[in-house]
Amino acid sequence: MTAAPTIPNAEEAVHSRPAAAPGSHDVLLQLDNVHTYYGQIHALQGISLEVRRGEIVTLIGANGAGKTTTLKTISGLLHPRQGKVRFEGRDISRTPAHELVRAGIGHSPEGRRIFSRLTILENLKMGAFTRPQNDIQGDLDHVFELFPRLKERIGQRGGSLSGGEQQMLAIGRALMARPRVLLLDEPSLGLSPILVQQIFVIIQEINSAGTTILLVEQNALQALIVANRGYVLQTGQVALSGASADLRENEMVRKAYLGE
Amino acid sequence: MTPDFRRIARPLGIGAVALLVEYLLLGTQQFANAMTLGAIYALIALGYTMVYGIVELINFAHGDVFMVGSFLAMWIMTTVFGLVGPVTNLLNLVGLLAIVMFATMLGMGLIGMFIERVAYRPLRHAPRLAPLITAIGVSFILQNIIAVAFGPSPVNFPQIVPADKFDLLGGKIAYLNLFIVILAVVLMIALQLFVGRTRLGRAMRSTAQDREAAELMGVDINQTIAITFFIAAALAGAGGMVQGLYAGSIKFDLGFYVGLKAFTAAVLGGIGNTTGAAIGGFIIAFVEVYATVLGYTQWSEVAVFTVLILVLVFRPSGLLGQQLGERT
Repeated sequence: MTAAPTIPNAEEAVHSRPAAAPGSHDVLLQLDNVHTYYGQIHALQGISLEVRRGEIVTLIGANGAGKTTTLKTISGLLHPRQGKVRFEGRDISRTPAHELVRAGIGHSPEGRRIFSRLTILENLKMGAFTRPQNDIQGDLDHVFELFPRLKERIGQRGGSLSGGEQQMLAIGRALMARPRVLLLDEPSLGLSPILVQQIFVIIQEINSAGTTILLVEQNALQALIVANRGYVLQTGQVALSGASADLRENEMVRKAYLGE
Repeated sequence: MTPDFRRIARPLGIGAVALLVEYLLLGTQQFANAMTLGAIYALIALGYTMVYGIVELINFAHGDVFMVGSFLAMWIMTTVFGLVGPVTNLLNLVGLLAIVMFATMLGMGLIGMFIERVAYRPLRHAPRLAPLITAIGVSFILQNIIAVAFGPSPVNFPQIVPADKFDLLGGKIAYLNLFIVILAVVLMIALQLFVGRTRLGRAMRSTAQDREAAELMGVDINQTIAITFFIAAALAGAGGMVQGLYAGSIKFDLGFYVGLKAFTAAVLGGIGNTTGAAIGGFIIAFVEVYATVLGYTQWSEVAVFTVLILVLVFRPSGLLGQQLGERT
């Protein structure tokens, strides 16, 4: 796997960010004491967090800490048994997932979940399912600009792509809905180091273009480099939160998640 | 464009050659019978395969939906239009067929949606066995409703298409056979275009592959599944109408055997694959007609279900079925 030609020097392009998004403090997404269950399993045990307009916020934590469950609770795949999820001030705790796409929540799920028997173009069109179909050419161009490899393979089936390309397709597909907040679940999982760098650069590009991002990552160091703020989850609760720079210096975070 | 062309042209070529061979082997009359039977099986098999593709349920009531479709068409013809015999004016005939078919397909589509709503949707998160059992229950309910309403004996189906025949290469084919085959092919092409080219068709395919991911694209899963049941039942309704025209009489238990054969066709073609279901329908019909031609009429069903067993043993994914383990 070689680097895409559009990104000349991926490592240099990843840089630290200031602790807060410039000039904006209004809350876009808010979880208030959220409890979510998988059957009998009490997966989220009172999560409270907020994402402000324009930010990149990351959720880090061990396997099973509740990161994916948090994203699913936001996007409506799961509903909290207790507590509230608010998006732009509106209570969306009981709103079904397909309506939230229209409202502006995009979710690129864990494991990519692209449609392997649909072509690249069809996958992207599915991403724009909620939008008028004659109005998506600009968005397609935008996705192909971010991910030129996808354009080369436009007529191929999703299942024929490599892991990195599938990840690009998953992100591109989520962008097609023009989300106001993009939930990214493990976008770097299973990718080669150079591709991981590229994905993080692209996450920053998407954010500078105006999309708020909530990022779940195993790769805690990279996540804390690109994010403004972070939440550390432990067994379904927020163990720690703060500006990314502070979390990077935190003793517990360094020991548990940065491998130091 | 060229790979696309090749992808379509090759199977078409193989199909044409296969049909020509069958034609030479069977002769005009039996060939026409097999094609007509195949068209009916294909229309029903599409419903089995579409429903299985999207909810992984073998809808054992589907054969009975087909049977109800034939009774609905018969009821519309006799009660609404007062038809009994052939309609000789071509324009009237075409108009009547179109109206009856449209009404039957619409009515059956709504019935199919209703069945899904009351018998399958509440059990969507239940173990697999539960909706299978309600499907069998729905099958009995439909049979008994029709048996009570129209009686347990065969009921005449108005033969509105005159029995005229035309010559083809020394044999005679009834116009009715031609009509049935063309109708089935038109409906199948329309279905392929709908599933393959439209936004809702993409939503159906996405939902079949990964329901949760489709939901994250903004697809209303309940609505998409309801549309699938509508289309499946509407196609079965069209099949029921032409079955009545072809056979001349219909009976409340008609859906059982025809349904099982169409199910065999769907499995043979690769359950979940619409093209496979159509091809499977024709293959099953040819197997049946061969058994008859060779003098084993009573054994024709044995032959068909032997095919089912052989497929399940040697190629469970069917002719065009997806290989297992593709999901991820």
